[in-house]
Amino acid sequence: MLSKTLHISTSPHITKGVSTDSIMRNVVYALLPVVFFAVYSFGLSAFLVIITSTVACVFTEHYLCKLSKKESTISDWSAVITGLLLGLTLPPIFPLWMAFCGGVIAIALGKYIFGGLGYNVFNPALVGRAVLQASFPVAITTWYPSFLPERFSNIPSSTLAFPFMEPDLDAMSGATPLSAFKFDQVSTATNDLALGLISGSTGETCALLILLGGIYLIARNMMNWRIPVAVLGSAFVLSGIFYLIDSQAYPSPLFMLFSGGLMLGAVFMATDMVASPLTPLGVWIYGAVIGLLTIIIRLWGGLPEGVMYAILLANALSPHIDKMTQSRVYGTTKSKVST
Amino acid sequence: MADNNKRNAGFLGSIATAPSTDEFIKGLWRDNPVFVQVLGMCPVLAVSNTAENALAMGLATTFVLLMSNILVSSLRNFIPKQVRIASYILIIATFVTIIDYVIQAISIELHKSLGAFISLIVVNCLILSRAEAFASKNTIGKSILDALGMGVGFTFALFCLGAVRELLGNGSLFDYSLFPANFQNWIVMILPAGGFFTLAIWLLLFNSMKKKE
Repeated sequence: MLSKTLHISTSPHITKGVSTDSIMRNVVYALLPVVFFAVYSFGLSAFLVIITSTVACVFTEHYLCKLSKKESTISDWSAVITGLLLGLTLPPIFPLWMAFCGGVIAIALGKYIFGGLGYNVFNPALVGRAVLQASFPVAITTWYPSFLPERFSNIPSSTLAFPFMEPDLDAMSGATPLSAFKFDQVSTATNDLALGLISGSTGETCALLILLGGIYLIARNMMNWRIPVAVLGSAFVLSGIFYLIDSQAYPSPLFMLFSGGLMLGAVFMATDMVASPLTPLGVWIYGAVIGLLTIIIRLWGGLPEGVMYAILLANALSPHIDKMTQSRVYGTTKSKVST
Repeated sequence: MADNNKRNAGFLGSIATAPSTDEFIKGLWRDNPVFVQVLGMCPVLAVSNTAENALAMGLATTFVLLMSNILVSSLRNFIPKQVRIASYILIIATFVTIIDYVIQAISIELHKSLGAFISLIVVNCLILSRAEAFASKNTIGKSILDALGMGVGFTFALFCLGAVRELLGNGSLFDYSLFPANFQNWIVMILPAGGFFTLAIWLLLFNSMKKKE
């Protein structure tokens, strides 16, 4: 705070009274139904995974702030969101020590090394997940069936693997709808996908609850509605075109929308306020890039799921998109802007 | 950029006044080729996936650096200024050919795992920069000390990277397993991306240590 008698600040001078931490707190509220459903459908181990990644994120943020002799920024809730989102993108039987490492990496390499909240080039949670995916490709693609009767009494041994030791993943099975389609050409009913009666990452299964959270944030004007609409719309159109060409070889567009992490990514990750573009046209381009890349990776890539890489690539593009879509300043000519 | 220029100015200024043992010490710490000058990144990132590869690469580079510095320094009054870079490349290429055959003779597996990066020592900017910036302006004795210091500094840095990457990526050091059998390998560490991560973290540590000094 500057002196009380003379307060100098840059524009904007009229604000809505909405601070960073109140927005972040509302994002947490919007995520809570998804978290509850994840725990309900996958049981105790999903709860432990989400809690571990969140604790790791908050702890890392606090420790790094102390290390650089700054005021701790954990009270702005952004680290909690990163941790929740990271936990929601991990398989429910993911080893806890790996989830903890992921949380540390997400905050340290994804956020704090760029200067903290407001400077991160990429969505921190996805940075953490990308490093985990590259480090532990087997553990992060070993899924677990949902709604097992013993899910609240029994924790799978791989979740409690000793730190830095290989988890025991042999007994686990349960393909996600996307991997079932990619490798076995088995499609899943859209009803099951929308309601979350499927296997997958902890938080990506119930598309309806994710949409509900998104609608809450859009209604409170805390999220740019153009991004999820552009992501889902472009994904729908591209997969629809291929479905019309050959409905045997390509999955239906509804299957594409409701399966995998597309819904979670479109609503909660692509909308990262720091890593997405600012101009209205740029936001549409950014969303379309994510949707198209996701479908391209899913249909022709080596992996069944591509939302994470699509969002990270679009994050890297967003400063350039912003630069290209600057509106003309009143009174200048077009050639002046481009120079 | 401005910071870079300042460092170069300080570095060139120090040559004139520093005692000759300093020519050796500076390559280890103050002007470490990897952690401070950030030179020769191609082999640093590519062949630091195991400690053995890193050490072999460092020693091979040190040998070439030493011999080329000696030759460039002793021929510094005879090489015409206009063709000096071509002459340095020729001198360096000679010694790279020698070390290429030496490594083949010692261990064909090592030669295979280092691959094209042995031949690429020819265009390692560390060697060329020492020839251009130091050996062509200084006596043979000083050039030898400079080459040894820079070479050891380069080998040390490569080993720092290689040890961390092999330890996490393979659970071993010099192929000697250090952890229980079910150690979970961090596969990213032996991939190229791991090279960038490890280098970044070492640079961070090195710079924070230098700042504290």
